[in-house]
Amino acid sequence: MTIPEIFNILQEKFPEAELVLEENNPDPIIRAKCEAIADISLLLRDDPDFSFDSLMCLSGVETVEEFQTVYHLYSMLHNHKVTLRAGGTKEEELIVPTVSHIWPTADWHERESFDLFGIKYTDHPDPRRILLPDDWVGYPLRKDYEPQKTWHKIPLTAIDYKEEDNGDES
Amino acid sequence: MGLIEGRFEPNIIVTSTDAIFNWARSRSIWPLTFGLACCAIEMMATNASRFDLDRFGIFPRPTPRQSDCLLISGTVTAKMGERLVTLYEQMSEPRYVISMGSCANSGGPYCDHGYHVIKGVDQILPVDVYIPGCPPRPEALIDGFLKLRDLIMKETIAKPSA
Amino acid sequence: MSEIREIDIPVGATPQKISQMLENFEDVHGERMVVQMGPQHPATHGVLRVELETDGEMIMKATPHIGYLHRCFEKTCESMTWQQVVAYTDRLDYCSSANNNLGYVLACEKMFGIEVSERVQTIRVLVSELNRLASHFIAIGTYGLDIGAWTPFLYLIQEREHILDLFDRLCGGRLLLNYMRIGGLTHDLPDNWLKEVHEYLSYMEGKLDEVNSLLSYNKIFVERLANVAIISEDMCIKYGLTGPNLRGAGKKWDLRKNEPYCGYETYDFDIPVGDGEVGTIGDCWDRYIVRVKECEQSMRIIKQATERLEKMPGDDVLAAIPKSMTKVAPGEIYFRTEHPKGELGFYIVSNGKKFPWRLKCRAPSFSSLSVMSAVSPGLLIADMVALIGSIDIVLGEVDR
Ligand code: SF4
Repeated sequence: MTIPEIFNILQEKFPEAELVLEENNPDPIIRAKCEAIADISLLLRDDPDFSFDSLMCLSGVETVEEFQTVYHLYSMLHNHKVTLRAGGTKEEELIVPTVSHIWPTADWHERESFDLFGIKYTDHPDPRRILLPDDWVGYPLRKDYEPQKTWHKIPLTAIDYKEEDNGDES
Repeated sequence: MGLIEGRFEPNIIVTSTDAIFNWARSRSIWPLTFGLACCAIEMMATNASRFDLDRFGIFPRPTPRQSDCLLISGTVTAKMGERLVTLYEQMSEPRYVISMGSCANSGGPYCDHGYHVIKGVDQILPVDVYIPGCPPRPEALIDGFLKLRDLIMKETIAKPSA
Repeated sequence: MSEIREIDIPVGATPQKISQMLENFEDVHGERMVVQMGPQHPATHGVLRVELETDGEMIMKATPHIGYLHRCFEKTCESMTWQQVVAYTDRLDYCSSANNNLGYVLACEKMFGIEVSERVQTIRVLVSELNRLASHFIAIGTYGLDIGAWTPFLYLIQEREHILDLFDRLCGGRLLLNYMRIGGLTHDLPDNWLKEVHEYLSYMEGKLDEVNSLLSYNKIFVERLANVAIISEDMCIKYGLTGPNLRGAGKKWDLRKNEPYCGYETYDFDIPVGDGEVGTIGDCWDRYIVRVKECEQSMRIIKQATERLEKMPGDDVLAAIPKSMTKVAPGEIYFRTEHPKGELGFYIVSNGKKFPWRLKCRAPSFSSLSVMSAVSPGLLIADMVALIGSIDIVLGEVDR
């Protein structure tokens, strides 16, 4: 099935979800309202015409205006792909329903995108940071992130040898 | 510090004991088997056939309590740095630290933007030998161990002359 | 007071079965104990920490903790030019750097619409298959090491050293090659290099049989691995396990065949799958043997690629490299390739500038590791080592 076909069927089934087809990309992307993502995903997995049984990738993205979560789905049965996108403005926290009950692999990917972007996933079974320590401050992949200078007294900055040398000379 | 170190004046007995101690220590450096990142693969290759570190008496041990040398082979992150200090503290004296690869020396390729990387393991541990390279070739690692040998040969158990 | 009770345990019962049978006897269960495995455990293939909740020897719950090697790959790439990122992809899965390079450069080429010549493609296939061999040799060798066989490791590292020598001649690096560029390669093949590859291939003839007789069909090895930690095909797909792990579960699935790139469709090779030869389909041994069989197939591809290259007229491998990449096409792409560990995907967002705006690496080991907490309940502690080794993870890629 091609992406516009999938889009048309989804639009019939979810008139509320504010679906948009972004066609300015090599592969078109279906954009949906955050709240509808879990329902759409469930349909995409369970409907025998779609049967998107594998979630290839789930990534957080920051654009100039908003935070987004992007889902790359693939069906091993029908050999077709689709990309979903959910986004929200930067003013408020982005809260997306989890899809980890639909594809268990999403569990860790969602934790990662929470860890690095601060995107929250409702009903996630284990909403902790995954890569960084639990008491880390800030979300590193955001463009305005300020790196921490120390963590638990461990210095995280490079020694500036130039300054030290100057100190010796004077 | 051990039981005998730093107790005696430097005299003929002490210096000849030194020679024996240093010979024994430098000929059987037991590093901790502890791989961190890409450099660990080169460390593994150095331990295995072809480069065969065993012929220098270098034999990896799996526990810090039995090892003399901490070989930091790879990128040290903040999360790992804490563990590394614990491991170092568990080792018994005399203990040495080799920093292998640019990452351990200075942060290497992750120096500028690695918010989670410690830029130079010498900021948290005392380092004896630095081995440059990304990754250092096995020959460089062997050279590092030989440098450590020379360092050990210069040790003494005598009181430091104040 | 101790009392003796009789339970019929059928021959060949798995630990899971036994634990189910013991469910009825509340009081035989001891106190739960939490065991920390790692991050400096020699059998965790790097700096993985697993928190095991055990009841005696049996694992009740396993929680992997990762991030001990989080090197900020994605953040770093946002400040590197498109070509510079290649060097960082090397360090993702450091056992198979050429395959990482390939995934990234192909993704970029597809996005910017760059066509490379057939010769460049063939060289890329050749180098990345050699690296696949090297990576599988490490996987097989260290797996033997984990299970307790030290000798096969030494033999396999020896065979791997020969590949590294080839790489050394090719580009100066043993481990991290940094040989591919968007649109081409850094330089052409050195003189006589293809002859050396041929020599290597004839040297390797029959070596894999040696591995099989030394390790694969060794009775102790088989007993340790057969019927242990079974991951079914369904579970693999759900948890995103790909590559040898998925094939070990019996699914004939290989991106080189199913979604060919780089001209893989023109090569003649098979996809080995696990068939439960010594136990159940999808157990540790199946995942292991798929890697051994894949080595054979890789050698077939290498042979074909060298033969093709020998016949092909030389051309400029730098010809298609863009002169300047300060202005590129905006857009986003998800592109995946078959990596020795599974499906390596790159999700790249470009805003038309000099640097990638966002680069996400979908690492195969990251997804593979997430299955651990689902499979491990009911395993013995010693089987945990077998499980970790059999899914073949590299922490550089898990943590990025
Ligand atoms: S120095 Fe280079 S090879 Fe060694 S750990 Fe760092 S990036 Fe990897």
